[in-house]
Amino acid sequence: MTPTRPLLELSGITKRFGDLVANDAVSLSVASGEVVAMLGENGAGKSTLMKIVYGLVRPDGGTITMDGRPLDISSPRDAMAAGIGMVTQEFSLVETMTVTENVALSSVGLGRVDVRAARQRVVDAMDRVGVQIEPERLISTLSIGERQRVEIVKALFHECRVLILDEPTAVLTPQDVRALFETVQRLRRTGLGVLFVSHKLREVAEISDRVVVLRRGSLVGERATAEVTTHELASLMMGGTAPEEDVASAVGLPVAEVPEEAPVAPREGAGTAERRPVLILTDVTLERPGRPALDHLTFEVRPGEIVGLAGISGNGQTELMNVLGGVELPTSGRVEVDGAAVTRLDVRGRLDAGLGRLTEDRRGSVVPQLSVEHNLVLEDLPSFTRRGMLDKAAIRAHAEEVIRRFDIRATPTDPVSSLSGGNMQKVLLARALSRRPKVLVAAQPTRGLDVGAYRYVHEQLHELRDTGAGVLVISEDLDELRSLCDRILVLFRGAITGGLPVAEATSERLGAMMTGESVEV
Amino acid sequence: MRLVRRGHEPAWLPVAAVAVAVLVTVALSAIPIRLAGANPRAAFERYLLVPLSSTLGLYEVMLTATPLLFTGIAVAIAFRAGYWNIGAEGQFLMGAVGTTAVALNAPDLPSWAALPLGFVAGGLGGLAWAWLPAWLKRRGAIDEVVTTLLLNPVALLVVQGLLNGPWRNSETGFTDSDRFGAGYDLPPLISGSRVHWGFGVAVVIVVITWFVFTKTAVGMQIRASGQAPDAAKFSGIPVARLRFRSALVSGAVAGAGGASQVMGVQHQLTQGISNNYGYTGIIVATLAALSPVGVVLVAVLLADIAVGAENVSLVLQVPTQLGAIFAALLLLTVLSAMELRHYRLARSGRRRHGATPVSAEEAS
Ligand SMILES: Nc1ncnc2c1ncn2[C@@H]1O[C@H](COP(=O)(O)OP(=O)(O)OP(=O)(O)O)[C@@H](O)[C@H]1O
Ligand SMILES: [Mg+2]
Repeated sequence: MTPTRPLLELSGITKRFGDLVANDAVSLSVASGEVVAMLGENGAGKSTLMKIVYGLVRPDGGTITMDGRPLDISSPRDAMAAGIGMVTQEFSLVETMTVTENVALSSVGLGRVDVRAARQRVVDAMDRVGVQIEPERLISTLSIGERQRVEIVKALFHECRVLILDEPTAVLTPQDVRALFETVQRLRRTGLGVLFVSHKLREVAEISDRVVVLRRGSLVGERATAEVTTHELASLMMGGTAPEEDVASAVGLPVAEVPEEAPVAPREGAGTAERRPVLILTDVTLERPGRPALDHLTFEVRPGEIVGLAGISGNGQTELMNVLGGVELPTSGRVEVDGAAVTRLDVRGRLDAGLGRLTEDRRGSVVPQLSVEHNLVLEDLPSFTRRGMLDKAAIRAHAEEVIRRFDIRATPTDPVSSLSGGNMQKVLLARALSRRPKVLVAAQPTRGLDVGAYRYVHEQLHELRDTGAGVLVISEDLDELRSLCDRILVLFRGAITGGLPVAEATSERLGAMMTGESVEV
Repeated sequence: MRLVRRGHEPAWLPVAAVAVAVLVTVALSAIPIRLAGANPRAAFERYLLVPLSSTLGLYEVMLTATPLLFTGIAVAIAFRAGYWNIGAEGQFLMGAVGTTAVALNAPDLPSWAALPLGFVAGGLGGLAWAWLPAWLKRRGAIDEVVTTLLLNPVALLVVQGLLNGPWRNSETGFTDSDRFGAGYDLPPLISGSRVHWGFGVAVVIVVITWFVFTKTAVGMQIRASGQAPDAAKFSGIPVARLRFRSALVSGAVAGAGGASQVMGVQHQLTQGISNNYGYTGIIVATLAALSPVGVVLVAVLLADIAVGAENVSLVLQVPTQLGAIFAALLLLTVLSAMELRHYRLARSGRRRHGATPVSAEEAS
């Protein structure tokens, strides 16, 4: 598997946004059959660099060559024609079209579309990638995880020699990550070069031949994966010395193996059990054509506990989030927040009842054109208003405090649309947490966060729990659930198939429940 | 050559885009001016500079800008909230009808009572006309673009019906209403000029709107509702209710414009009371990028061109309509420039098809 001559070469790529240098003379190469992983903190400039290669962002300087020949890439079409495919961090699917249409979209010219042939090609591409999704389904009916898979199929649909994956595993289940990695291995043997962005050192160690590290726009290190320690990588990313715990969480060690974060058993004791649950769902059903999306869903979250909701995406997570958030009314059933029935309340009413939410859909939760500071207060305007007028000073102070506390790489007045993926996630998290909710429902709370932020979020969620709030974490990432939660429930086809205290929640048992085997609670 | 989307946009880009648009407009409209037999340079001078270079001209521009300020800000209020009110024309007309109803039924009121009453009646007229589409939108999700637009000719029919029937002029028998009582005459804002207090009212409304948009919580909620309704809903902002209310306010402001026009200029209801002010208001709001300050600038610019067009047609013997052509071209070019500024030109990708000169590594 010795990489041959470089296939794709970047040299001296520089990109500035105003005063900010997002990429500072970055040079790197990818050889045929090689997997190069890129690491870096949130806002380090990884996505910007990838977007430059894919023609989504125009660099201020530097050259890109393929097979030694200079490329003039000014649009994704150029990139595709040059044999470069990419899965972006934020999705770019047309919601009202089917899977087939979306995948085939970029290759449709002005001529007639041969639907049957296109469908067959899409099915073939899905087989190659190892993804199973009904080609006729509308994107809008797919979960975020499923959408991500469609994106991967789309990138590989074309004759592709270098594949760029910008945090592709952030929303995949461990099984899907396996499948993706197998695909990547298979494709690399056929000579595909892969550029892979991730925050998870363990994935990087597993899949890559070489690791490059970006820090504040500059390439600060390049190592052969086999010869580098995770600790060294973490220090490179963060500059200086990284705390031991950060390194541990970066590697993705389950918490059970990191002593001081292991769940404390007494929390399950009498104290919490007697207190009134802060979130109760009773027989919540949401009808959908075919089978119900939520099927007599019943569970509760008590104050002072973090409950994980595991499950393969598409089993009702999105719908549950909608029903809890007040975006959609359940067909039947009852939802209670902190003792008050909120089933029929709108979003405002639920927020006031003490519900906090963090959805997996970033785009649907922020107003991109509004500034960071305004997005931060959007849910809680009354507290930042005096006699109807915006309290500018208070808003600014709040934003500065949050930006400092969460280490968000932005100024209060930046429009949220200019933020890096991880920083946008931090804004949303900060907004949800700063209202001190009685119960927080969080979907994929650490999606796309770097090592330091990942740990910080876990600390914040633990702190929220310790102040007596309940937390429901919806995630496909079993390692994360095990390191974060006190109790794990499994969602399958819109119903709970079982629950386990975290100490008993092994991957095998959870995995079995996630595919429908019922286990006694 | 083809268009390629820009990654980053420098701050000067929108300004440059507008400048380019103005130049293109000037170049394009030179053609019809030439065809009409006039010297384009002299014409442009008269369109843009002459009206603003004398006090009298300035007054005329202010007078012409007045109804555009009302309708422009009215449209901006609705558009900001994401409610596409195309019906300022009808709302303006119904505002005029509201004022006329009061003026004809209580002709002898003193001005301290008549003027506020006239404005309130006008505002209510516009609001009432805006209510139905807004309600249909909120209850039945019926597209407001269609309903507000279709109500415009209906409003004109109402005006014509009234003028042909109950409100026909009792002295002349013509199809315009009786002259209002003296109490309903808006006094001049600047003595000795035709600029009336309607201009002052419009400016006050613009300032209030600016204040609400930029300083208040409601303003921010309206912005969020317009720019990202899903995210706004997610944050607990009552998007539908805000849009409904913005629609009503928008209608009321347009209606106040009608009141200002009947009380300040015509002093009676006529069929031509709205010289397409409602539609021009859409142009004003759009060119202004929905900003209140921009509404003032654009309204004055369009008024300048309109006044200039009168002058041009008198002096250079070309049709007044050239002014309308000029304004329409300006709208098209500015809108195109604002969209095109997201792109830049690139030479077509010769290398894409491997047509580059064969080089050494081809052989290697
Ligand atoms: N269009 C833009 N305008 C202004 N600043 C931008 C723009 N796009 C990105 N940035 C800034 O450039 C920096 C790098 O962003 P980038 O998205 O490349 O980060 P990243 O390394 O991918 O981070 P993450 O891990 O959070 O995805 C960030 O500080 C971001 O705010
Ligand atoms: Mg990124």
